[in-house]
Amino acid sequence: MNQAQANHLFRALSDPLRRAIFEHLTRQGEQTVHALTCFAGVSQPAVSKHLTVLKRARLVRRRHAGRETHYRAEPQALKPLVNWIELYGAFWRERFDRLEAVLERMDP
Amino acid sequence: MSNAAEGTRTLVIEKFLAHPPEKVWRALTESQLLAQWLMNNDFRPSVGDKFQFRSQPVPNWSGIIDCEVLIVEPLRRLSYTWGTLGIDTAVLWILTPAEGGTLLRMEHSGFAPDQNANYTGANYGWTKFLGNLECVLGGGEL
Repeated sequence: MNQAQANHLFRALSDPLRRAIFEHLTRQGEQTVHALTCFAGVSQPAVSKHLTVLKRARLVRRRHAGRETHYRAEPQALKPLVNWIELYGAFWRERFDRLEAVLERMDP
Repeated sequence: MSNAAEGTRTLVIEKFLAHPPEKVWRALTESQLLAQWLMNNDFRPSVGDKFQFRSQPVPNWSGIIDCEVLIVEPLRRLSYTWGTLGIDTAVLWILTPAEGGTLLRMEHSGFAPDQNANYTGANYGWTKFLGNLECVLGGGEL
């Protein structure tokens, strides 16, 4: 992933409504702009603007069918953000602290 | 923390605990105690035994970790596999007596550098997992 792509990705995910739209698409599958507008509760132009930002970050893909435009999530665009070692590092450090607390409470 | 020979990476955490190895071993191997600091489980310290850690499910993640006991050397070493979200790893605990307590070392190994590549395409599950990381790994309600 190059720097420009990374910037698009982080920018796209920085907005709560865009994250919500993206999550909605990952959960519900492909949706029309109309359906997404109902979901988002903002104007259609606003939704279209958000979708453009998500599309630039390659988080969604667009498909035209008749007069409707359909969007679907492309979750693999998030791949660069996932680092299992780091995630588990935070997890285990916190569990070590809990373990210590349990040891304090235990009978000797 | 990498193991180039095997092409996988290992997470290592070491900590001195001011408690004797006997006590640390109990916290690692008694199901009830284990549940208090790690996760609910049906662990028994018996090699070959399959068990599960169970945490609060989140959308697209069952909250279940499938494990199998690999090593039980009382007061010294304990190891089990750790499989969840299609990623199979292994956890190894090493207890070393130290003055005034125990040096506890944990090695979580088997992370391939591109293992998350397993989670592309049809399987969208990990995305939600990522979305719920704060809840899953942040130490909140697990």
